[in-house]
Amino acid sequence: MLGMANSLCYGEQGGADSGVEVGQETPTAGGAGFGLFSTDFKRNEDLKEMLESSKESLKLEAMKRVVGLIAKGKNASELFPAVVKNVANKNLELKKLVYVYLVRYAEEQQDLALLSISTFQRALKDPNQLIRASALRVLSSIRVPIIVPIMMLAIKEAASDLSPYVRKTAAHAIQKLYSLDADQKDHLIEVIEKLLKDKSTLVAGSVVMAFEEVCPDRIDLIHRNYRKLCNLLMDVEEWGQVVIISMLTRYARTQFISPWKEDGVFENSEKAFYESDEEKRKSAEETKPYAMDPDHRLLLRSTKPLLQSRNTAVVMSVAQLYWHLAPKHEVNIITKSLVRLLRSHREVQYIVLQNIATMSIQRKGMFEPFMKSFYVRSTDATHIKTLKLEILTNLANEANISTVLREFQTYVKSQDKAFAAATIQAIGRCATNISEITDTCLNGLVLLLSNRDETVVAESVVVIRKLLQTQPSEHSDIIKHMAKLFDNITVPMARASILWLIGEYCEHVPKIAPDVLRKMAKTFHNEEDIVKLQTVSLAAKLYLTNSKQTKLLTQYILNLGKYDQNYDIRDRTRFIRQLIVPSERGGALSKYARRILLAPKPAPVLQSAFKDRDRFQLGTLSHTLNSKATGYLELSDWPPMAPDQSVRNVEVAEAMKEWSPAVGKAKSSKSDDKFYSDSGEEEDEQAADSGSDEEGGSEGSTRTPAESENSETSEDSSQSEKSSDSGTGVKKTTTQKNKKLQQAKKPRKVSPSACSLPANRHIGDKRTAMQDVTGHVRSSLAFQVHVKPFLSCKLWCSVLAPSQVEEKPKKEVSLLDLDDFSPAAVTMTKSSILSPSVLSDLHGLSLAASSPAIQVSPVFVPVHTYELLHRMTGKGLAAQYHFSRQPCIYDDRMISVQLTFSNNGDHTLENIHISEKTSAGQNIHCFSPIECLEPEKSVTVSMGVDFNDSTQAASFQLCTKAEGFNVSIQPAVGELLLPVTMSEQDFSKEQGKLQGMNESSATIAMTPESITSQPLHRKVVNMANVGVVPSGQNNVHRFAAKLVSSGALVLVCVVQKDSGAQLTVNTEKTIIGSMLLRELQTVLSAP
Amino acid sequence: MIHSLFLINNAGDIFLEKHWKSVISRSVCDYFFEAQEKAMEPDNVPPVIRTPHHYLINIYRDKIFFVSVIQTEVPPLFVIEFLHRVAEMFQDYFGDCSEVAIKDNVVIVYELLEEMLDNGFPLATESNILKELIKPPTILRSMVNSITGSSNVGETLPTGQLSTVPWRRAGVKYTNNEAYFDVVEEIDAILDKSGTTVFAEIQGVIDACVKLSGMPDLTLSFMNPRLLDDVSFHPCVRFKRWESERVLSFIPPDGNFRLMSYHVNAQNLVAIPVYVRQNISFFESGSSGRLDITLGPKQTMGKTVECVVVTVHMPKVVLNANLTATQGNYTYDPVTKILVWDIGKLNQQKLPNLKGSLSLQSGAPKPEENPSLNIDLKIQQLAISGLKVNRLDMYGEKYKPFKGVKYVTKAGNHGHFVVTNWKLHNILASPFYV
Repeated sequence: MLGMANSLCYGEQGGADSGVEVGQETPTAGGAGFGLFSTDFKRNEDLKEMLESSKESLKLEAMKRVVGLIAKGKNASELFPAVVKNVANKNLELKKLVYVYLVRYAEEQQDLALLSISTFQRALKDPNQLIRASALRVLSSIRVPIIVPIMMLAIKEAASDLSPYVRKTAAHAIQKLYSLDADQKDHLIEVIEKLLKDKSTLVAGSVVMAFEEVCPDRIDLIHRNYRKLCNLLMDVEEWGQVVIISMLTRYARTQFISPWKEDGVFENSEKAFYESDEEKRKSAEETKPYAMDPDHRLLLRSTKPLLQSRNTAVVMSVAQLYWHLAPKHEVNIITKSLVRLLRSHREVQYIVLQNIATMSIQRKGMFEPFMKSFYVRSTDATHIKTLKLEILTNLANEANISTVLREFQTYVKSQDKAFAAATIQAIGRCATNISEITDTCLNGLVLLLSNRDETVVAESVVVIRKLLQTQPSEHSDIIKHMAKLFDNITVPMARASILWLIGEYCEHVPKIAPDVLRKMAKTFHNEEDIVKLQTVSLAAKLYLTNSKQTKLLTQYILNLGKYDQNYDIRDRTRFIRQLIVPSERGGALSKYARRILLAPKPAPVLQSAFKDRDRFQLGTLSHTLNSKATGYLELSDWPPMAPDQSVRNVEVAEAMKEWSPAVGKAKSSKSDDKFYSDSGEEEDEQAADSGSDEEGGSEGSTRTPAESENSETSEDSSQSEKSSDSGTGVKKTTTQKNKKLQQAKKPRKVSPSACSLPANRHIGDKRTAMQDVTGHVRSSLAFQVHVKPFLSCKLWCSVLAPSQVEEKPKKEVSLLDLDDFSPAAVTMTKSSILSPSVLSDLHGLSLAASSPAIQVSPVFVPVHTYELLHRMTGKGLAAQYHFSRQPCIYDDRMISVQLTFSNNGDHTLENIHISEKTSAGQNIHCFSPIECLEPEKSVTVSMGVDFNDSTQAASFQLCTKAEGFNVSIQPAVGELLLPVTMSEQDFSKEQGKLQGMNESSATIAMTPESITSQPLHRKVVNMANVGVVPSGQNNVHRFAAKLVSSGALVLVCVVQKDSGAQLTVNTEKTIIGSMLLRELQTVLSAP
Repeated sequence: MIHSLFLINNAGDIFLEKHWKSVISRSVCDYFFEAQEKAMEPDNVPPVIRTPHHYLINIYRDKIFFVSVIQTEVPPLFVIEFLHRVAEMFQDYFGDCSEVAIKDNVVIVYELLEEMLDNGFPLATESNILKELIKPPTILRSMVNSITGSSNVGETLPTGQLSTVPWRRAGVKYTNNEAYFDVVEEIDAILDKSGTTVFAEIQGVIDACVKLSGMPDLTLSFMNPRLLDDVSFHPCVRFKRWESERVLSFIPPDGNFRLMSYHVNAQNLVAIPVYVRQNISFFESGSSGRLDITLGPKQTMGKTVECVVVTVHMPKVVLNANLTATQGNYTYDPVTKILVWDIGKLNQQKLPNLKGSLSLQSGAPKPEENPSLNIDLKIQQLAISGLKVNRLDMYGEKYKPFKGVKYVTKAGNHGHFVVTNWKLHNILASPFYV
């Protein structure tokens, strides 16, 4: 009614004849201020006049103002009739602005909007593709159900337009129409199917987007376009890439079999091996040699370069694709790119950190080398800080915990107290995760109790409580300490926690507990509710354990509680009284009082909020929110059996030819041959090793998966022997070895004696098993599969279990595995046998990620300095040098040396420089001359020396303005290295390549002090600039480095035994290897 | 995908809204305001906010919140990256991305947003394409337009949109053909009191300004490409060539663009260009403290360190500072507790020093930690990592372009160069030392 009244007023004021319309269109509630409204109305009135004028410029001006109104969110809908008249205007800018207006208001003004439709229909036939496209864009954006058939027709036509730009618009229009009328789905799917076949990169992204929105379940539409999409991906615009990659991730999870079993990374799958027979058979089936579908490999290969995209969304989507699809050992390549994203905007950091947090729970190793990137900075936003803290906590392990804790310690002092509190919780989590440091952390937290800040103290108390719950008996002194601090702590939560602790463990502190209760009785009425509740509990527990001393106190407190203002406390008091004080009526329950109140309580689990978050596809909104967002498409589990591959075949597939499986196989077997002949001996050894492994496993009358697989063999031996000689035989070895690799990952339960079991028995078993199943399968495919077990038998026979069980390199295994599918890896293998310079070049290509070695920063930089020039010889000038262990900036082949000059004389030294390099063949990059050095001053400069990987001293003449001195820098062998790291697997692989004369080893006796890993690590990294390779076994320590000049790998492996250690150094520079061995021997055997 | 966009200023006014699908009431922003209030500071607003029916993904840039409304699942980075592109486009068109600039050019902003997204999915985000569709405002053009009534809008589809090099427009013509490359490196470092590097990294970008006619095909090579550890490229760079030969081969976009960004392979330290000797102490008795800071150049490869600014966030109890600087001026803001010492050029001979006393709030306990120093600096003509451009070759066109490369080193923009007092101060006494 009020609206009517308004419109009447306008009619009078403006005198406009369109008063009725205006009344309809203004949705303002009656509350709008009248005065304000009338001015608004007036302005719109002159806009209307301008729009209806004949001058183009006036119209344009008016439209610009109208758009301004829309942008501000003001209502301009009453201008609709005036605006819509201009839809056919020739001026393109005016037309575009009219389009903007139309799209905004068409839904509200459906009838009037229909007036414009014919204009668009005409424009759809325009020769200018831009006009065709924008007509379709507007037409499909007009959300008026009546025009659905017109839209449908327009979309169908546009989908076969010659211009890819118009086809792209058509793909967008599909989604618009679908959201307007879902009944059109079937017709739209037809259009999508057609557009999916489009070869234009412009269309690909948009049509996949439409596919995702309209029919994400129609996976069958993708099959035939799969390879095309993979190949086009590089050239699609960045936004399309994100959508396509995300869709292909889902697709791949339904079409390929899991590449993960091979690595056996998941612990739970390992357990299964030792459970029941039935389960074993099941897992045996799973261990059938895994061969990655070439299409699966194609996807991984074609997305990898996109990790270098400038678009953070693209990088993230490739990262999630690798996380969800790649074999576990290949996932590492995404680390660097993700860390790079952390240097982007705050919002980007937030999302990336969340995803890293999820990843780092499952795979610490991936991000450990980049731990410093997660250090919190004072300028970080709160949510970034929290996420970094989370990641640091996830990454903490025995080796780096001291660094992490030191870092945490600074956070505790942060001005941001909420963050400090979060840090304390993180310390608590580290303490529970890493049992070695629980005590250290507890002590640290106890020290924090004397902190001035209340939040810090309170949080510490709470965390200590949780930690103590896990092992209370050993820590009665901490409880005592906390009881002592009790008077000074005022934060209620902390006080309550202490009271609970004392009550819970009152038997450990029998003397103190009653005293605390006495104090509490005095202050009871002043306490917060939560403290009062805990006081009542404490009283009850003490009453049960020590009623002699506390009976009266308890009764007093219960009386206080009975009349408390808070009814929770009154309730609790009543309940406790009935429970503990035996009375006639409540007697039944009080028998159990002790069991109720003093029941052992499970320790709280301190775990990450990001645990199991990868149930959501990484990088999605759902992952960020940790709950399913509308329209989230679930990532399916891997299918148990590979679906038919042939569905992806396309008749005319020029681009795909090289990736057809047949070619891939041919290539791989060639390279296998070569490798096989090179290192046949090693393989035998390996076979023997793993053979003994299996013995160990099968000893307890259980069969290992390999064995049970063998038992399925249906071919007779002669046949299989023949085939083992042929090319395919080699292939079989490969797969067999793959399996062994997996077994090697299982916890080794093998004792050396197990190896001496006769291998014959083993084979005998197998023979019988073979006969059992003979004639079961006869197909040629089955033949291929079943040849393999016999071959491995042969290997076992040929090398009758040597008694030495040694960690032998399993490296060719995975190499060959790779070879099967990626030619890139093949070239890599070959070249590593070539000259070291080529090798170093390849190391430089770290982007190619074909080299497993990742250069890292030094683990430890010793402060030790060496004397270059004594002040007596130098007549006042003293010089010392120090190896900074950093990559040299002047040249990659140089080692950076820091020189410190100090003037100990009494006059200024001028122009200190290097004049001539006396030693030949060494390239020296001099420091820039020091102009003057005053007495008592010192200066540090850095220079680079290329020692050519030898310990020969670099000699040169050091000159001042007045004099020259001959000096030389003598590098220790450990300084010729640059640290690298790699996965354990890669390490073994590389080690395997450096056998024979490239290997030098020695046994050393070690003092008991150096048995724990920490000092050993420290000794090694102190002596040599090597990187630590994560090791699964406690007694095996691996280190890796490369020579600075040649880039050759140097691998150090220390296997600890009871009273000594086996030290192995592998490098192709044998002299360096033996020198390093000698030095390490000295260092490690020293106490 | 992206449903609607709201631009909100610091005062909480929604000054622009744009909807790509049906209209969503601006009351949805109330959830955002709620979160903003909770966060206290704009930086602390969570980028993703859940509301009962929508999801709000927002970025904060140039004092403007870009709040987008999402209805269904979408990779959050997709939206965030896009919003940043929008802000960059405003910057590109109007010179700065401020509320005033956006309000002044609201029609162009609207036209841009209309072209950038279709149904919430990005349509054209390349600056070169957009500039052909919608011409950036210039004073001259707006004058001409108002007289002749001609428009700002391109009439044909930009050629780039269809070609395999969508970033470049066709028919570019210059009388002076020039290509400039700026190698800008930033050092992020954390040093402890003794000057040892706790953490340091160098990251760099190569920004280019290429004004070349026709379709030039450029190849840029480095003297020492192996320094580059981790790189990301403009889509124009041919990744295959980089992988195999370590050269940048590309057909450049026209005008300004970021060719690549990189990270230098020297995680701890290569050269920290300055050293700091500093002593800040607070006395237990009496409400005062002392401050003494000296800066000097170190490993600058013979170049001058410029624009040196030292910033110290003082503890809350510091009321005032009474200092003397041998070079530059200092200011102390007692409200924000920030001490800024603007030094300017670093002199090798006479090292700048700032010395004096601090007055503390009486009765308050002395601060438990000493404040850390943030140092900002700039070195011209030097890329601190040692990265050097070797040569730039042009193929495909006949003329001789003018080429130039400039090097600059700066302190990193988010971490600065932090010299901490506390990092190492008592490791041995530390309760957590394992």
